[in-house]
Amino acid sequence: MHTPIIQLKDISFAYTTTDVVKDISFEINEGDFVGLIGPNGSGKTTLLKIMLGILKPRKGEILILQKNINVFNEWFKIGYVPQKATNIAKDFPATAEEIVSMGLLSIKKIPKIMTKEDKLKINEALKIVKMTAFAKTRITELSGGQQQRILIAKALVTNPKILLLDEPTTGVDQENQTSFYELLGKLNKTGITIVLVTHDIGRITDHVTKVASINQTLTFYKDHNKFCSKDKNHKHEHTLCIHKE
Amino acid sequence: MIEMLTYAFMQKALITGILIATACSILGTFLILKKFSLIGDGLSHISFGGIATGLLFNITPFISALIFALIGSVGILKLKEKSKLHGDTSIGIISYASLGIGIFIISIARGFNVDILSYLFGSILAIKETELILSTMLAIIVILFIIIYNKDLLYVSFDEESAKVSGINVNFLNTMLVVLTAITIVSSMNVVGLMLASALIIIPPAAALQLKMSFRKTIILAALIGIVSVITGLTAAYYYDFAASGTIVIISTLIFLILLTFSKIQAYNSIKKLQTN
Repeated sequence: MHTPIIQLKDISFAYTTTDVVKDISFEINEGDFVGLIGPNGSGKTTLLKIMLGILKPRKGEILILQKNINVFNEWFKIGYVPQKATNIAKDFPATAEEIVSMGLLSIKKIPKIMTKEDKLKINEALKIVKMTAFAKTRITELSGGQQQRILIAKALVTNPKILLLDEPTTGVDQENQTSFYELLGKLNKTGITIVLVTHDIGRITDHVTKVASINQTLTFYKDHNKFCSKDKNHKHEHTLCIHKE
Repeated sequence: MIEMLTYAFMQKALITGILIATACSILGTFLILKKFSLIGDGLSHISFGGIATGLLFNITPFISALIFALIGSVGILKLKEKSKLHGDTSIGIISYASLGIGIFIISIARGFNVDILSYLFGSILAIKETELILSTMLAIIVILFIIIYNKDLLYVSFDEESAKVSGINVNFLNTMLVVLTAITIVSSMNVVGLMLASALIIIPPAAALQLKMSFRKTIILAALIGIVSVITGLTAAYYYDFAASGTIVIISTLIFLILLTFSKIQAYNSIKKLQTN
């Protein structure tokens, strides 16, 4: 029995007068690793932002951990990794450790002083992403791949149930992309549900369990192994199945 | 230096100056990181409109400037939010409107009895006691707020969207940041004057950022640079009769240039070291 962890029911959203996403419904179950794919401008990042409560849909209902998003308040259970590595200001004065500690702020009371226990959590998160040695290094002195690992550590520090990532490997070299996706695969095996927005569909195929293709509407949402063995006509599916075969 | 400290007016000027420099520098660090540092300049123009209005209606200019700056700061945020204009366009519209009001009032009043130049260029050694007390209290409020919320403010400066997702009240922090800037600008009007008020917000943190340290160390260094500039400026004003405001800004600019040069030399040496290895 699969427990639904994110449920989208008939979601439509428009920035102006035209719907960017239209009538989208699907469920993400506990333990899934969902690859959210689609061409540029297809609405996949918009959909992710709707799941995160950043954007309010024009129509429809979203349930997170079986609670309506409008009343959901356990945001520390959701880890978000934005497409950030390329956007970090080059003089931003924070160490890797300081960035990871930001993840704990929502569960701390004012004046939000970091305790020994918090420092242990930060070290643990850095250990998971294999960045312990860089704890005191400024985020801007790290490579794109290392910066993304630090952002994942920030998302993991509250021990979340769900990890949502928006094209996290933009600007990251090929070698680091491979180890980055391996890290996501390992995290998923520990029970964390992952939703990954990407257009680099070939690279995620070894790790995802489900694929949702968006192009304004939901064009397909299938168990990865099932469509690889049956449907091979769709361009995305074909690319996705290369690695599986 | 010791002789200077025996005078009550110098003691008060130093205490107020140090507190205001601290408030400006730590607040400025966040404004620079959010690429919003020019709001200080805009709020100086807005405060000028407030001073002129205060003088016309016989209200203490410090109070009228504070009211104008507070309304203007929220106005800038709302205009940016509602009209989807860029931040600098919103700052420009509201600040120049207020500056226009100020100039218009001065022209219809055909000059004031008080020296409006003292508000434009600062006169910490000749400022009224009540205004000194008000400036000191406001600076303490700003410092306390930043001490309490510094981690949240850093998160919002780093990534507003992620901060929002994790449950941080981003709107409250953004509003408080501009409101505190308005308070700080008006408070620093006595120390460096409106013309140079935003210099203390921009230059000390910009200098501290050159050393590429952790956030904690950067914010402490920014405050220290601001404090050193104020102490040096006031000392020069006392012994050599220099304009305190101009000297404070010149000292902080010199510190910025020294740290910029140091950071460039450091970067050059690192690259050279990498090439030889």
